[in-house]
Amino acid sequence: MLGLGVDRLQADINRLLTSLFHQGVLDEQFLQLQQLQDETSPTFVYDVINIYFDESEKLLRSLRLLLMDREFSDYKKIGLHLNQLVGSSSSIGARRVRNVCVAFRSASELNNRPGCLRGLEIVEHEYHYLKNMMHELFQLEQQRLLAAGVRYPM
Amino acid sequence: MGMAAVESQFHVLAVDDSSFDRKLIEKLLQKSSCQVTTVDSGYKALEFLGIESNDPNALSTSPQEVEVNLIITDYCMPGMTGYDLLKKVKESSAFKNIPVVIMSSENVPPRISRCLEEGAEEFFLKPVRMADLNKLKPHMMKTKLNNQKLEEIEKPLNVAAATAAVEPEIKDSAEVGSKILTLQSELEPKQVHLQVAQQEEQTLGNNNKRKSMEEGLSTDRSRPRFECVTTAV
Repeated sequence: MLGLGVDRLQADINRLLTSLFHQGVLDEQFLQLQQLQDETSPTFVYDVINIYFDESEKLLRSLRLLLMDREFSDYKKIGLHLNQLVGSSSSIGARRVRNVCVAFRSASELNNRPGCLRGLEIVEHEYHYLKNMMHELFQLEQQRLLAAGVRYPM
Repeated sequence: MGMAAVESQFHVLAVDDSSFDRKLIEKLLQKSSCQVTTVDSGYKALEFLGIESNDPNALSTSPQEVEVNLIITDYCMPGMTGYDLLKKVKESSAFKNIPVVIMSSENVPPRISRCLEEGAEEFFLKPVRMADLNKLKPHMMKTKLNNQKLEEIEKPLNVAAATAAVEPEIKDSAEVGSKILTLQSELEPKQVHLQVAQQEEQTLGNNNKRKSMEEGLSTDRSRPRFECVTTAV
């Protein structure tokens, strides 16, 4: 009975991941991250993704503040923030977030303010979608660990 | 016993201003069985090595205490870029033989050529992967063997027992070296945590970042996906 719980959860995890790959939300770099996780760092993926969330949210807040300012003109700063976002998103395999950041960056290089505002909205949307998916994934993983733990007799 | 274990490990100094990237590179290097020290700036890297920097706040580190077999650094960093750091290392008589590798998230061919011309061993596009790091073993092995040979020469002759112990080590270290390399390729991550079926391979788009660099330079960078990497030594 308990074994079934683990298998079902594993199937849910696989389904979720497959879907995310299918949608292009994640790419192979995410798998590279998973391969780095081992007994010496059993929560590596979780830790790294949380660092990514913290850093990204700071950058997104900063971007919004910059663009909301009526007298805004510092496109270079926007570009720098976006470079960081593009880089870190690539590093965790967040393919869609990375791509929309690149598009946003192009608008900033053309000093196109409405384009930038649109770009930011799209990035925020994609980012939050990713974050929700990751939370769901981590929840499933945690449940699976618990279910697996119960299997073993004390 | 402990001494021997430490000597057989490579020590890599990783430099990156992003804490996120530092965590990643540290894990990648640890996975490659390297000892890792991470710092967040070129200045701190120079301090760690013991090179005179113009920073008045620099700590003085005894160079003898630190044996670094490789420096891997991000290119874009505030203040001192990875390129500046590369130059400083290559200008230093004590450390110019330490291989330096540059990483960047941007594929800018003139930047890449400039770094390679200045003496960088490799230029990696981020995100860096295990396969990239496997290319570094030969470089680090070379420095390690050179260092051991130098130590051997500089040791005073009256330390006869120690020298006798070191000599066979040097003869065997090449063997040990190749053993470490083969062991590493055997231990390549066997996708223990792969949770997605291989069928997804077809639906994933091709990452063209590296391709543009491949076209620009003649470095062989074919990288199989979803396969265990065999180390070409």
